[in-house]
Amino acid sequence: MFFLDHIWLIPLFPAFGAAMMFFFGRRLQKATVSAVCVGVVVLAFLFACFTVVEYTHFAHGTGRPFERIIYTWLGSGDGHLNFLKRDGTLASFNADAGFLLDPLSSIWLLFVTGVGMLIHIYSTGYMAHEGGYYRFFGYMNLFMFTMLTLILANNYMLLFVGWEGVGLCSYLLIGFYFHRKSASDAANKAFIVNRIGDAGFILGALTLAWYLGSFRFTDINTLARSGHFVIGDPVLTIAALLLFVGACGKSAQIPLYVWLPDAMEGPTPVSALIHAATMVTAGVYMVARSNAIFVLAPTAMKTVAIIGALTAVFAASIALVQNDIKRVLAYSTVSQLGYMFLALGVGAFAAGVFHVFTHAFFKALLFLGAGSVIHALSGEQDMRNMGSLRGRIPTTYKTMFIATLAIAGIPPLAGFFSKDEILWQAYRSAYGSFPYLWLIGFGTALMTAFYMARLIFLTFYGQPRMSHEVEHHIHESPKSMTGPLVVLAIGSVCAGWLGVPASLGGTNAFGKFLEPVFAREVAVAPAEPQEPAGEEHRGLEWTLMLLSVGAAVVGGGWAHHYYAKAGKDYPEPIAVQAPPLYTALYNKWFVDEAYDYAFTGRRKIGDIRLGAMGAGEASSWFDAKIIDGSVNDVGWVTRAVATLSIWWDKWIIDGLGVNGPAILARMISYPARLFEWGLVQWYALVMVAGLLGFGVYYVWK
Amino acid sequence: MVPITALHYLVVAAALFVLGVIGVLTRRNVVIVLMSIELILNAVNLNLVAFSRMWGNLHGQVFAIFIIVDAAAEAAAGLGILIAFFRNKETVNVDEIDLLKW
Repeated sequence: MFFLDHIWLIPLFPAFGAAMMFFFGRRLQKATVSAVCVGVVVLAFLFACFTVVEYTHFAHGTGRPFERIIYTWLGSGDGHLNFLKRDGTLASFNADAGFLLDPLSSIWLLFVTGVGMLIHIYSTGYMAHEGGYYRFFGYMNLFMFTMLTLILANNYMLLFVGWEGVGLCSYLLIGFYFHRKSASDAANKAFIVNRIGDAGFILGALTLAWYLGSFRFTDINTLARSGHFVIGDPVLTIAALLLFVGACGKSAQIPLYVWLPDAMEGPTPVSALIHAATMVTAGVYMVARSNAIFVLAPTAMKTVAIIGALTAVFAASIALVQNDIKRVLAYSTVSQLGYMFLALGVGAFAAGVFHVFTHAFFKALLFLGAGSVIHALSGEQDMRNMGSLRGRIPTTYKTMFIATLAIAGIPPLAGFFSKDEILWQAYRSAYGSFPYLWLIGFGTALMTAFYMARLIFLTFYGQPRMSHEVEHHIHESPKSMTGPLVVLAIGSVCAGWLGVPASLGGTNAFGKFLEPVFAREVAVAPAEPQEPAGEEHRGLEWTLMLLSVGAAVVGGGWAHHYYAKAGKDYPEPIAVQAPPLYTALYNKWFVDEAYDYAFTGRRKIGDIRLGAMGAGEASSWFDAKIIDGSVNDVGWVTRAVATLSIWWDKWIIDGLGVNGPAILARMISYPARLFEWGLVQWYALVMVAGLLGFGVYYVWK
Repeated sequence: MVPITALHYLVVAAALFVLGVIGVLTRRNVVIVLMSIELILNAVNLNLVAFSRMWGNLHGQVFAIFIIVDAAAEAAAGLGILIAFFRNKETVNVDEIDLLKW
């Protein structure tokens, strides 16, 4: 039990690496940086492997979760942080720094550390000549830390910490080349769009706590499966939908997918690790983790399935005509994530998780291969300037070819098993039959094969279209880069064999392993109970499989026909056949422009500006005209009253009341003043005259 | 030889008094006005002394001495005011001292 008891060390390894880079990175040699940062991830991977092995012994095939609480992080259980639940009872707000290991998190733990390790090794080669080496690895380690926190959290709050952490790392790494405006814009876009999702996520988690009284997955699952709640419970539906908003942000689903293609501004290993293999699957993880809630909310499930299917086909259609090699892969990622949500939405949780697992291998491989191509071509990303690289970088070519076969769904490679499982479940799952969703998925499979084959043919076949200078420098990548490619290629071939369906004589070990996580202790009655993959459906399942393999072959064949011999100025078939459609696809259906009109307000409709900037302008107008206007009006009234008051004071009070009598007195007293001229001798003279007058008067009398 | 009676004194005193009054009323220099006031006071003193002698008692004499003291004080106060005034106005001309109006 040593490893299980010390499960908390797994995230701490990369955290240590990140801390080292933060404090000492600037002073370390590149070799030391590589040793520390790759070393801690290798340690985390080994530790994770042993932990999962121990866990399988611990669980003994029952899939019982292993939970270890390190300390109480929020609240304290003794009632310090109480809140009223919806039913009026008091619950205590409690979230622990606790770790939960069950089959679901085991799978994520293994492929996150495994693929993460390979990409770290690859990065030592890819980033060898870049500035900010220690910064890059510090962020990568920080990402590993937060991603592992997200995966291993035992409650929504701690999961949210990881959730925000990976968002932050994503932001930092997209903006790694921060001197480039486009990179910092893309980083901002990713962060802001994710924030919309995060708001949904936290509201969903709080709604659950308000309703169920806990953040802990185990508590919530037990409660949700206890049978106290009816299917279609409105509060749970709202909570599930809010959680799905969060998943839409993180996992790039319509309508919040717009940040992921722009995220390709980051270094290619980042695109491989964060924006293809691991972080973007966090939404899938979270929905799968909340499966007990989702199955009680059929509306939310249906929403998930429809959004997933639409995203899959929508993104795939854009990928058909993009010329930037990383952008094709980015839209491919969005499309594959759509598949995963389609699976979750039709209740095929295990199939969705399986696709996450296989996708991590081949999509990481595709991105790393693309990175290797870009590395070989001195930074060129435009496929119009590639071609005929097959013989020049053979290892990259071979591994990418395998990955393309895998994603296109050619048996017996990984993508075939996971994708067909999803398509089959969409067609006929325990929760109902959705042939139209199958049809969308089928069309997406056709497009996937086409755009992936197009990528391979434009890059590795045809005639060389790069400049002579670039051509002169073409070289196969170093061992540190090709090594991970080979390992991932092996994974892309073999990962699917873990989940060979029963219809093909397999045991679907992967699905069995996950079963306890998605088990219904209380039977959830589907609309019409059905037994999936029963004997009677085997023929149908095989037919669908053959159809999707056929679609892959046809899609690849078309691409071969149009692009295999592409020379300079090769024609785009869609541009030739349907120019308006090509324009729409090439400009990504003008979604960014539409968002600029509707949400950001960067563009005006006529004279009207909507969205955030529109709201800004409107509130600015409101502030200037209404708030300040009424302040000014009140001021004007005050001033008018004051003016009147001044006039009253000056003319009536001072004038009539005070100065008036004074003036009157002055006028009346004027004659008296005339006697007083201030010369003492005159006064004396008057006195003398008066005395003489009196004297004369008395003498004469 | 005509004996000197009270009448003689009174005539002299009246003459002195009139001289003093004329001085007060006509002279423009304050110092001389003050001196003229002394003349008036001395005319009164002469009256008092004369009547004292006539009635044969000392009341008038005592009163005259009071007046001499008073005159001395009055001269001191008057000259003090005059000097203070002169420092402000640089004049001792009565025509220019007309602040007593209003």
